Amino acid sequence: MPAFLDDFLFSYQSLIYALGINGLLALSMYVVLAIGQLSLGQAAFMGLGAYTSALLTLKLGTPFALVLLASMAVPALAALIIGVPTLRLSGVYLALATIGLGEVLRIAFVNSELTGGALGLSGIPEKAGYAIIFGALLLALIAFVLVSRSRLGRAMEAMREDEVAAGMLGVHLPRYRISALVVSAMLAGLAGALNAHVSSFISPNDYGFDAAVTILSYALLGGIGSPFGPVVGAIILTLLPEVLRPLHDFRLVFNGLIIVIAVLFMPHGLVPWRIGRTGARP
Amino acid sequence: MNGAILTLENLTVRFGGLAAVDGVSFHVEPQTVHGLIGPNGAGKTTAFNLISGLGHQSDGHIRFDGETIDKWPSWQRAQRGLARTFQNIRMFGEMTVLENVLAGMHAHVGGGIGATLLRLKSFGAAEAAAIAKAREILAFVGLANISTRAGNLPYGDQRRLEIARALASDPKLMLLDEPAAGMNPSETSGLIDLLLRLKARGVTLLLVEHDMHFIMHLCDRITVLNFGRKIAEGTPIEVRSDAKVIEAYLGTKVAERLEAGARVR
Repeated sequence: MPAFLDDFLFSYQSLIYALGINGLLALSMYVVLAIGQLSLGQAAFMGLGAYTSALLTLKLGTPFALVLLASMAVPALAALIIGVPTLRLSGVYLALATIGLGEVLRIAFVNSELTGGALGLSGIPEKAGYAIIFGALLLALIAFVLVSRSRLGRAMEAMREDEVAAGMLGVHLPRYRISALVVSAMLAGLAGALNAHVSSFISPNDYGFDAAVTILSYALLGGIGSPFGPVVGAIILTLLPEVLRPLHDFRLVFNGLIIVIAVLFMPHGLVPWRIGRTGARP
Repeated sequence: MNGAILTLENLTVRFGGLAAVDGVSFHVEPQTVHGLIGPNGAGKTTAFNLISGLGHQSDGHIRFDGETIDKWPSWQRAQRGLARTFQNIRMFGEMTVLENVLAGMHAHVGGGIGATLLRLKSFGAAEAAAIAKAREILAFVGLANISTRAGNLPYGDQRRLEIARALASDPKLMLLDEPAAGMNPSETSGLIDLLLRLKARGVTLLLVEHDMHFIMHLCDRITVLNFGRKIAEGTPIEVRSDAKVIEAYLGTKVAERLEAGARVR
C-alpha cells in the first residue's frame, strides 16, 4: 500500500468506519419507511446490538462470528416483542411507541451494573474492520436491490403507497410489518456491534433520541425511492461535519441549513430515482 | 340460495346510535352482475366495506364462496377470491401501469424470500409468467401504455387500470364502487362493454352506481337500500316499477325541486 494512502486511512480511519456503519443504520431505517411505517426504534436496536456484542466479547470471550449473530438475534427478538402489540399502530403512534422503547432501554442501560451504568463499557477489543463493515453494507444493499425487483418489493411499495389497497390485493399486511421491523432491528443491531468493536467504548447516551433522529435524517435526505438513497444520505451527513470543519463555530449552523434546504427543495431526497421498474420499457 | 357466491345475513353495523347498515340480507348468484343502489347515504359503500373486510359488522354474517368470513381481515378475503375497486380511485401512482397489475397478482405469484434473494430458476419463471399474464389482462381492459407511471394516466384509464389490477388477483367476485363516476358518456359505454366482457370471463360483479342507465343496462339483479335498510330487490324491470323505490328516489327529487324553487325566489 502506498505510504500516502496508509497515512490517509490511518488519519481518517474512524470516519471511514462511521460511513459504513451509518450506511447500515440508514438501510435499517429504509426497510421500515419502504413499507410506509415510521419507526424511531433504530437507535434502541443499535444499542441492544452494541451492548449484547460488547458483553459477550468482554465477559464471555465469545468468538466474533457468534457475537455478530447474537447482536442481530437479540434486537430481532425485541422487535418481535414490541412489533406484535404495536401492529395496530401506524404513523406517529408507532413512532411514539418506538421512542418509548428507546427511552426504556437507555434507562435500563444507565441503571444496570452489568452494562456499566452511565459510564458504559470500555476496553472493547477492535475486532471489526473495513472488510466486515463494508462487506455487510454491500451484502445488505444487494439484498435490498434483489428484493425490490420482485413480488416482495412490489408488495412493499404498494403498502407504502396505499395500505388499504395493498390489503385488498391479498398482501398479508401484519406479516410484512413485522418482517420489516425485524430486519430493521437486525441491521441496526449489527451496526451497533460493529461500531462497538471499532470504537472500543460504548455508553447509553449514544443510543438515545438524538441518534434516532439522526438515523431518520439519513433516509429523509437521501430519499427512499431506492436503498441507495438512504446510504447516500448517511454518507453526506457523516462527511458534512468534517468537510465544514474550516467554518469552526458555524459548522453546525451550516450543517443544519444544508439539511433544511435539501428537505425543502428535494422532497423525494437527493436520490429520487427508483430501481426495479418492471415494464418501464414497452 | 345454496349456490350463491356471496350471502349477507342480517348484516348490521352501528356507528354510535346510527345504524348505517341495518339488517340487510341478500345474496349474489355466481356469474351475474348484481347492482346495489340507493340514494346518497343509503349505506352502499359501508356495505361494500363490510364485505371487503375494511370494517367489521356489529351483527349478522357474511358468507363468501362457502366460508363464513365474518372476522377475516381484508387480505385473507382477497386471497380467497374477493377483489374490489374504490369510489375514489386508489392507484399506486408512482408505479408503472404494468407494476400495478403485477402487484394485483401478489397472492398468486410464487417466490418467497429465499428464491428472491438467490434468484432461483423458479423465481425467474414465476416473474416471466406473471408479466405475460399482466400483459394479457392489460390488453383485455384495453390499456396499451403499460410503461406509463399510473399517476399520469387520464382519469378514465385509471378506472380501467384499477379494474385490471383487481382482475389480476383472479377474483371470483369483484366489487365495483361507482365505476362510472366522473366518466363522460363515451367512456361509460366503453366501461359497460368491458364489464360485460368481464362477466363473460366468469367473474361475478357486485356494483354500486348512481348512473341508472348504466345499472339498468348491465345488472341481472338489483338490491335497493335506503337509510341502511333493504327496501326492494329484483330484476331491473321489477325494481323500476317498485313503489317503495320510486318513493325513495322521488322523495329526494321533490326535495331538490323545492330547494331549487326556493333559490329562484
